[in-house]
Amino acid sequence: MAEPILSVVDLRTWYHTEEGVVRAVDGASFEVFPGRTLGIVGESGCGKSVTARSILRIVERPGRIEGGRILLRRREPDGSERVVDLVRLDPRGREMRQIRGGEIGLVFQEPMTSLSAYHTIGNQLVEAIRLHMPLSRAEARARAIDLLRMVGVPRPDQRIDAYSFELSGGLRQRVMIALALAAEPRILLADEPTTALDVTTQAQILDLVRRLQGERGLAVVLITHDMGVIAEMADEVVVMYLGRAVERGPVDVIFHEPAHPYTRALLRSIPSVLARPRERLATITGSIPHPYSRPPGCPFHPRCESFVPGRCDRAVPAETRLGPRHVVACFLHGEASAETPH
Amino acid sequence: MSATAEPILEVEGLKKYFPIRKGLLRRVVGQVRAVDDVSFAIAPGETLSLVGESGCGKTTTARCILRALRPTAGSIRFRTEEGRMIDVANLSRGELHPLRRRMQMIFQDPFSSLNPRMTIADIIGEPLLVNGMRDARERRRRVAELLDMVQLPAAYMNRFPHAFSGGQRQRIGIARALALEPALVVADEPVSALDVSVQAQIVNLLLDLQDRLGLAYLFVAHDLSVVKHMSHRVAVMYVGKIVELAPTEPLFTRPLHPYTEALLSAVPVPDPRGRSKRIVLEGEVADPSRPPTGCAFHPRCRYAVERCRLEVPALREILPGRAVRCHRAEELELQAVAVPADRRVAARAS
Repeated sequence: MAEPILSVVDLRTWYHTEEGVVRAVDGASFEVFPGRTLGIVGESGCGKSVTARSILRIVERPGRIEGGRILLRRREPDGSERVVDLVRLDPRGREMRQIRGGEIGLVFQEPMTSLSAYHTIGNQLVEAIRLHMPLSRAEARARAIDLLRMVGVPRPDQRIDAYSFELSGGLRQRVMIALALAAEPRILLADEPTTALDVTTQAQILDLVRRLQGERGLAVVLITHDMGVIAEMADEVVVMYLGRAVERGPVDVIFHEPAHPYTRALLRSIPSVLARPRERLATITGSIPHPYSRPPGCPFHPRCESFVPGRCDRAVPAETRLGPRHVVACFLHGEASAETPH
Repeated sequence: MSATAEPILEVEGLKKYFPIRKGLLRRVVGQVRAVDDVSFAIAPGETLSLVGESGCGKTTTARCILRALRPTAGSIRFRTEEGRMIDVANLSRGELHPLRRRMQMIFQDPFSSLNPRMTIADIIGEPLLVNGMRDARERRRRVAELLDMVQLPAAYMNRFPHAFSGGQRQRIGIARALALEPALVVADEPVSALDVSVQAQIVNLLLDLQDRLGLAYLFVAHDLSVVKHMSHRVAVMYVGKIVELAPTEPLFTRPLHPYTEALLSAVPVPDPRGRSKRIVLEGEVADPSRPPTGCAFHPRCRYAVERCRLEVPALREILPGRAVRCHRAEELELQAVAVPADRRVAARAS
């Protein structure tokens, strides 16, 4: 496989609130490759969205990146490549602004709130294009129409003058994707891009992302809570729980040979169209702890079937490599990490 | 389970049109046909699911049945405690009151449906008080019993809703709905706001309560996977109409309506080995204020013929217990949910 275009190494993003420190992301590592899709999956509070915000350097106060590296392979004008650590960049600086929306395109869950209601979609596209490319207004408008056509917006030459509220949810998400692709990014970062959509519209949008990826060799980072969408789209998967990447590996390994008790339990508890009618679901006991009362040791231990008292609740398990690309953080498979328990 | 034997609820020809008004005089210039000729029945102890995409009329149907909305036309016959069927479609508030306790509602968002200033004992006890249980000690005893039914410790009754997680709040919502021993519970997307690991607990709880109490559920949902786990029968809606009504298993394994086929095909199967050629529908759901001529699905249907553009198909029972609204239902061979290859082998072996 080619070299990764983006490597996240032991990322830690904490929120310093009056009630205490929330370790929203507390040790997440993964790699993103050109032409492939990395799925980040987890339930609420697992840190998947904060991971995305950290990569883009848009973590808002009182949040702060406390440690780790986010290494982006950038293409220089002369064609050579250079690795930049995004953690070291000024979030408001010129280089980060070039990267955000330039090399990394963004798609969010709710296009209604991400698109402006005061400007036509054409104006927003033209602005995004001209921010990253030296084009005149007329050239940028022509490119905007091309982009809308490419993402499957019917009658793009007319729709370009529409406002976002005049479009259906599916069309708004297509416009959002056009906007994300305006500056020819090499990475598409999509945070729950189809969660607000109906299933048939979701199928259309997932199809579109797959087609664009094939055409452009995009690296896609797909963040979702939906294991079905992950199974459908991802090449590699990172499973997160309470801020930690507990397991990562190729999609087939994650679904068919999961090693972490959380991954296993999560997969068993998903309702499926393949189930027998009225079939009871396997459950995970308890609920996701409140971020202020994060359990010590392995954060999953209070809900874990394989919990070993005195071990799982004392120390944080280190990442253990089970296969060439399969990594798990669990005492069933490895030792404690060097870090001090909290 | 069949709904023909002594149904608890019988809906027939239900319509709910919302007027579109325009101009200074607010003249009615059109109608949104949110629900347009819906009929079904539910037996005691049975779950009927209404599924479909946003705007299909499933929630409006549920709200008409609970009489949160007054239907434009049709009848909603509901069985009283004495066993008589009463049409609630046009009853006044006063006439409805004694029937209300027999039909209760569970909402999607348990937080917004619980008053943050009331303790759990007050929230669950309120319907008891309103219905004449004046003695506070008796009420607390009943609240404790209800909490136990939804597997929460009785000690929680003195707490406030904010102290609970999403799943616990949904349990509280269910306990409140069960306080008056309803015969029918209308649940509108009760698990769609919950995390997967919690969703499974609530699905199981709803199934257990139904088996124990003989409740009938009208389950409104968009997630076909959850529907598979909950339902005895499923009604698929599209632009205000039921397009297919069938027992759960055959609906998934042998759909009869092209929209059902497309809907099933669009559901992501949680298995990477199940990636399949899906049917991706072109275009978008029709506008219920200007539904297409003939069958509302015809502009998106890959099997549509001239007749589909001209004639509105009737809902016809073409197999025992299976009704479909499609001119071509008998001749089409439609795809079922894609089963991954290794599971097919496993299924045959078992």
